[in-house]
Amino acid sequence: MTTATQNVPRAPFDRTLLLVMPAAAFMLLLFIYPFIYGLLLSFHPKTGGTLANYTHFFTTDNLWPTIWTTLKLALPATLINVGLALPIAYKMRGKSRYQRWVTTILVVPITLGTVLIAEGMLIYFGPKGWLSQFLQLVHLYTGPIRLTHNFWGVLISLVISGFPFAFLLILSYITGIDPVLARAAATLGADRKAQFRYIYLPLLAPGLAMCFCLAFVQAYSVFPSAVLLGSPAGPTRVISIAAYEAAFEQYDYSLASAIAMIMGFVQLIIVAAVLGLRNFWYRGPVTGGKG
Amino acid sequence: MSARGSWFDRAWRSLLLGTMTLFVVNIGLIIAAVATSSFARRWLGTWLPDGWTIAWYTEAWREFQLGGVLWVTVEVVFAVVALALLIGVPAAYTLARRDFLGKRLLMLLFLLPLMVPPITYGIPMATVLYKLQLAGTIYGVILANLVPAAPFVILVMTPFIEQIDPNLESAARVFGASTARMFWHVLVPLLAPGILAASLLVLVRTIALFELTFLTAGPDSQTLVVALYYAVFAAGVRAPQSVDAMAMVYMLVTLTWLLIALRFVNPTQLVSRVKEHPQPAA
Repeated sequence: MTTATQNVPRAPFDRTLLLVMPAAAFMLLLFIYPFIYGLLLSFHPKTGGTLANYTHFFTTDNLWPTIWTTLKLALPATLINVGLALPIAYKMRGKSRYQRWVTTILVVPITLGTVLIAEGMLIYFGPKGWLSQFLQLVHLYTGPIRLTHNFWGVLISLVISGFPFAFLLILSYITGIDPVLARAAATLGADRKAQFRYIYLPLLAPGLAMCFCLAFVQAYSVFPSAVLLGSPAGPTRVISIAAYEAAFEQYDYSLASAIAMIMGFVQLIIVAAVLGLRNFWYRGPVTGGKG
Repeated sequence: MSARGSWFDRAWRSLLLGTMTLFVVNIGLIIAAVATSSFARRWLGTWLPDGWTIAWYTEAWREFQLGGVLWVTVEVVFAVVALALLIGVPAAYTLARRDFLGKRLLMLLFLLPLMVPPITYGIPMATVLYKLQLAGTIYGVILANLVPAAPFVILVMTPFIEQIDPNLESAARVFGASTARMFWHVLVPLLAPGILAASLLVLVRTIALFELTFLTAGPDSQTLVVALYYAVFAAGVRAPQSVDAMAMVYMLVTLTWLLIALRFVNPTQLVSRVKEHPQPAA
C-alpha cells in the first residue's frame, strides 16, 4: 500500500525508530501519565470509599443530568454541522474560480472566537438588536426574540464555530476522491444522484465518520459558550461546567477527575459507536495508493 | 423524467444557496454588531449609534493590560509551534517510512489527544502540573498546549512525507550522508510546504485553544483568548464596549494569521492528506 520498507530489521537496531521517541515520551508523560493519575485519583475521594465519587455523581441532582444536557446540545450541533457541510462541500468539490473565495468566507467564523460570537449574538439577537428591529420593520414578528441565555443560544454558537471546521474537513476528503471514478460511472449511465449514492458516499464514509467524531469532540467539550450564552445554572449546565466547578471552585480534584473520566467515557462510547458503524482505519478514504 | 430531475436539481441548488447566504449574512451582521458597538459612543436601541469613538480600544488596552497579554500569547504560540515541529516532524517521518511492532498503538497514542475533549485530560493534567509547580507559569501553558499540537503536526505531516520518493533518501545515503544531514539537506527543503502548513495550522489552533490554557494559566501567563473570557466573566463594572473592542482585537489577530495560512495552504488540503497523484486536467 505504501512504499514503506516492510522489513523490520533484526540485529543492528534501526536508529530511525529513535526519531519517534521524543514525541512518544512526551505524550506518555503529559497525556497518558496524567490520565492514569486522574483515574487513580478519582478512586481516592475526600470522604467515603473507593467509588464514593462515582456514586456521588450519579446520585446528585445537579451532576448526573449534565450528561444528557451535554448530549442534547452536542449531538444536534454535530448533526447540523456535518449535515450542512456535506451538501455544500459536495457542491464545491470541482475546481472553480470561486472555490477559494467561498471557502475563505466560510472559514472566517473559525477566527471569531467564542467571546466575539457570544457578544455579537447578545447584541444582534438582543431586544433592541438589528434582528428584532428588522423584523418589526417588515412586520414579520414583534414579540421578543429568545435566542440567547438558553439552549438555542448555545446551539447557534456551536453551529457558527463548528460548521467551518466540519466544512473544511469534508471538503478535503471529497477533493481527495478521484473525479475519474464518477465520470466512469456516468459513462455506464449513472445519473448524478446515483453517482453520489454509489461512488462518493461509500468512499466518503470513513471521512464522514472521522469528521463526525472530531466535530462531536468540539461540540461536546463546549464550555465558554455554555457559560456566556446559555444559562449555566439550568438548561445548559453541561458536564464540563460541573467538572470545572468541582476542580476550581470546590477544590475537590478527586471528584473533578471522576467527572472528567465519566466525560471521557461517554465521549468514547459515542466515538466507538460512530466508528463501529463504519469499519474504518484513520488513513482516510483514498487508500488506493499509487495503483 | 429528466425535467423532473432538473427541477429537483434547481430547487436543491437554490435551497443550498439560500442556507449558505443566510448563514454568511447573519454571521456578517453579528460581527458588524460587535464592531459597531466597539466604536460606538452611545448605542441604545437605534439602528446606529449616536457617535463614534476609539476610546474603548485605548481603555481595553489599558484596563486589560493587552500589551502584556499579547506578548505572552506570542511567546506561547511560537514556543508551541517550534517545539511541536521539533518533536512532531521526526516522529511523522518514522511513522511514514517504517513498519514496526506497536506502530498502531503509537498511532492511537497520537490520535487520542485529538479525540478526547480537552477538559477531560486537561483537568488531570492541570493537577499534575500544579503538583510539579509548573501550572500558573508560562512553561506550564506551553507544555499543556503542546499536548494536542504535537499529534496534530504528526497527523498533518505523515501524508506529506509519504509523498516523497524514498529513493531520494537512499541516494543521499549512498553518498554517505548521515541521518541528520539527510534530514536537513534533503527532507526539510522538500517538506517546506508541509512544514509551513502544519506550523500555521498549529499557530491558529493554539491562539484559539481555550480550555487547556484556561486550566493551566496563572495571572501572568494568560493568553489572549483566556484574558478575553475573564474580561467578560468579570464584567459588570466594566463597559461591555471595551470587551467588544478586545474581542475585535482577538478576531483581527486570528484572522490575519488565518489569511496568511490560506495563502500558503490550499484549504481543501488543510486537515487531511494531500492527493496522492495529480488529476489530469478535466
